[in-house]
Amino acid sequence: MNAIGILTQLAAIVVAIAAAPLLMGWVGQCRAWLSNRTGPGLLQPYRTLRKLLAKDAVVAHNASPLFRFVPYLQFAAMALAAAIIPSLSTEMPFTRAADAIALVGLFALARVFIALAAMDIGTAFGSLGARREMLVGFLAEPALLMVFFTASLISASTSLPTIVDTLAHRELAIYPSLAFAAIAFVMVLLAENARIPVDNPSTHLELTMIHEALVLEYSARHLALIEWAAALKLFNYACIGIALFLPWGILQDSDPVGLAQALAVLLLKLGVFGSGLALVETLSAKMRIFRAPEFLGTAFMLAVLGMLVRLLLGS
Amino acid sequence: MIGSVPLLGGAALIALGWVAIGVAGLIRARSIVFVGRVLFPAGALGGIALAGLALYALLQPTQAAVLPLGLPDLPFHLRLDALAAFFLFLLGSAGAGISIFAAGYFRSGEGTAPGLLCLQYHVFLASMTVVLLADDAYLFMVAWETMALSSYFLVTTQHRIPEIRRAGFLYLLIAHLGALGILLCFGVLHGGSWDFTFDAMRAAQLDPRWATVAFGLALFGFGAKAGLVPLHVWLPEAHPAAPSPVSALMSGVMLKTAIYGVLRVTFDLLHTQLWWWGGVVIGLGLFTALFGVVFAAAQTDMKRLLAYSSIENIGIVFLGIGLTIQFRAFDMKVLAALTLAATLYHCLNHAFFKSLLFLATGSVLHATRERSLGKLGGLIHRMPWVAWLALVGTLAIAGLPPLNGFVSEWLLLQSFLFTPELPHAFINMLVPIGAAALALTAALAAYVMVKFYGVIFLGRPREAALAQAHDCGRLERVGLLWLAAGCVLLGLLPVPMLALLDRVNAELLGAVMGGQADSWWYLAPVSAERATYNPAAFLLGIAVAFGLTFWGVRRLYHGRTRKVDPWDCGFPLQTPRMQDSAEGFGQPIRQIFEPFFLMRRELPSPFDVAPRYKVDIEDKFWRWCYVPVAWAVDGSARLIGLLQQGRISTYLLFSFLTLIALLVLVL
Repeated sequence: MNAIGILTQLAAIVVAIAAAPLLMGWVGQCRAWLSNRTGPGLLQPYRTLRKLLAKDAVVAHNASPLFRFVPYLQFAAMALAAAIIPSLSTEMPFTRAADAIALVGLFALARVFIALAAMDIGTAFGSLGARREMLVGFLAEPALLMVFFTASLISASTSLPTIVDTLAHRELAIYPSLAFAAIAFVMVLLAENARIPVDNPSTHLELTMIHEALVLEYSARHLALIEWAAALKLFNYACIGIALFLPWGILQDSDPVGLAQALAVLLLKLGVFGSGLALVETLSAKMRIFRAPEFLGTAFMLAVLGMLVRLLLGS
Repeated sequence: MIGSVPLLGGAALIALGWVAIGVAGLIRARSIVFVGRVLFPAGALGGIALAGLALYALLQPTQAAVLPLGLPDLPFHLRLDALAAFFLFLLGSAGAGISIFAAGYFRSGEGTAPGLLCLQYHVFLASMTVVLLADDAYLFMVAWETMALSSYFLVTTQHRIPEIRRAGFLYLLIAHLGALGILLCFGVLHGGSWDFTFDAMRAAQLDPRWATVAFGLALFGFGAKAGLVPLHVWLPEAHPAAPSPVSALMSGVMLKTAIYGVLRVTFDLLHTQLWWWGGVVIGLGLFTALFGVVFAAAQTDMKRLLAYSSIENIGIVFLGIGLTIQFRAFDMKVLAALTLAATLYHCLNHAFFKSLLFLATGSVLHATRERSLGKLGGLIHRMPWVAWLALVGTLAIAGLPPLNGFVSEWLLLQSFLFTPELPHAFINMLVPIGAAALALTAALAAYVMVKFYGVIFLGRPREAALAQAHDCGRLERVGLLWLAAGCVLLGLLPVPMLALLDRVNAELLGAVMGGQADSWWYLAPVSAERATYNPAAFLLGIAVAFGLTFWGVRRLYHGRTRKVDPWDCGFPLQTPRMQDSAEGFGQPIRQIFEPFFLMRRELPSPFDVAPRYKVDIEDKFWRWCYVPVAWAVDGSARLIGLLQQGRISTYLLFSFLTLIALLVLVL
């Protein structure tokens, strides 16, 4: 652990926090273009955040302290996740503090708290959102874990930097186990980040929504933090996908010049990822909530299949 | 004689002390002040002393003694080794918290008199201590039965209620079925020497067939006590029936004595472990875990929910035991040590968080007189102490970092990732199935705990009477705080704890995990390249990020807040009834896992004047296992009943026929 390592770590966190709304803006813009609209521009999420932060917070009379500290906790958890995922370099101190399983645990921690906060006010939509969020969560979490396990069987480690090191130095080829895992991962990503086809980020139709129902009672700075944390979550998931399936270009030593290069590569990959996500969302339709278990069950089975392929065929 | 083994003597003395405290309760059996303020706190001190002593004993060599008591040919043997010391530590540390809570909990006028309750409670504690110390089958069985009986009387504290009597009977019945299994197991283990000391059993050479019989009997006998499916049916009946400290003690500690028994028989008394035993135990454990958590999600009674969650956790523990047997059978000792450590760690964690949650439900029960989730809500405002401490337990049991539940699940998942090294293609398939089921169970546990916590403590009160709820008393707070602190410490300091567990590993498996001596903070089982987890850095990271975010937002912007009515999409008419009920929150799980349940639903028609909604959820095992057995017993009893005619001439005829039959046989 050296000074450059710590500097890289800080850079990774700052880049994640700063660029996460940009990624959201880029996805929104691509979706607009794909549906022949002009779109609000790349910077719209920043404008929304600035507006929300400046407003007075409105909190229900019967809110408990839990309700008020959860937005900060959400943001903190996602920032910590950004520190754990080796997005820029594998030589960052925090990547050793938690491995892939602990990362999944961190996401679960954030999810449990937002669900509890949604139940805190005691409104019909809050508990509906909490129930649906936990439903999606309990189906998506094992699938995500299985995706990680497929990668860790290949690298004989659940430590993310080791996984990246191993996967980046393999012969360039399509590995069936990783292909299955990648499909499963994309499905989990869509579900966990409240994207179409599981949830619709731009809807306010009460009976179809999950994420929006959860945060219905939040306003102003609290809502800003939750939205920012949601953007960070998408950013983090994208970085996980990059680390597992496109690990080339992630820095493997401490080197300031390489850092700039790694940053450029990361942003390029994120750009491609964002447009891909927009394409998937444009091409698919939102499903009924009761179909979500089927969708995520498929993801789970695909991930397990990936593991089996790795174990039995060794590929 | 005892003087040469001070630690063992100390532990036995604490057990005696507990019995003495219990007997003292009879002096002024009706005085709640004497029992609550003097005897129960003294019992808690005994627990702390036992925990400290056991911790020290973990680092010391084994001590053994023979008491001048017992049968003519078989005096009582006692032995304090690392395995026993670990479980004594669990008993003492969790028991201390429960005793302190109990000191403030029991009120007069609720069934059994406080003094008698005190006797039963402390005899229960003492008998569990002796179970762990016993080194011969006779003493073990005596203590085991004392444990079953004292806990039976504790369960039926409110014996005037018929349901509670029925629950107590079911508990006693299954406890005795299990005891029968254990007795037969010892009967096989002595290997023809007719010497019932554990030393003789260790020396006996059983061939694999008899070893399998002994193992199967132990699994049945101890499984009945632990709540392994299909012998789990007594848990959801007995735990809600018992007073909360007793539920906590039974679920948190007593179930672990069964785990101790399985480990003692499998790894200490038996020499060989066959790999397929591991497969059977893994299968049973996985099914138990999944079954328990799915049923927990469907419950509407808070203590039943926790009882099913105990079944889930016992399943996870058995999963670990099964995996340990497999690694041991293939002589992969380091991995066996890793898995066993994960298993033991989970036992300890469960003792803390489950006791904490059961005690919290006790406080809620006292404050509201309500056990049904559908009539609670919003208690975080009325009972902040209980609510915030229960939150710790909720997060721990949901397996979330950086608390303790996560550590053991992390270790267990790590050991699953080593199974590809097993030299057996068939078992290698275990990884995906086992790890996937474990991950699913852990994720479902989070669902269940959000339901548990959210419905009880968050939202708005569902009944007007809840406005009168009061927070728990001072002694109860201390008890809850003790257990919550245990959850946090076990979560943050896994490395020293695992170093202690390695003593048990060295004793039972002849191997240690190693690989983590380099740092006090980094948990790195087997090797640092494999995986690392640093709970302290994790917590620090979240705390610093939280602080910076809070400071940044307040500093750069403002902290202005307006208090208004809830918005709820602008919907004007809101009543607390519109929140999710416990049934509502469990509905998706009921739908997804429909084959698990036997459901009867009564849905109102749209034109009902007095609409009624009712769901009955039944355990399928009642139909599959217990009803046929009951029928068979009933039928055979009726057949035997044919003999009973009530006429003396008929009985004389029977005697005559028997005599003739015997004569024919002899001649």
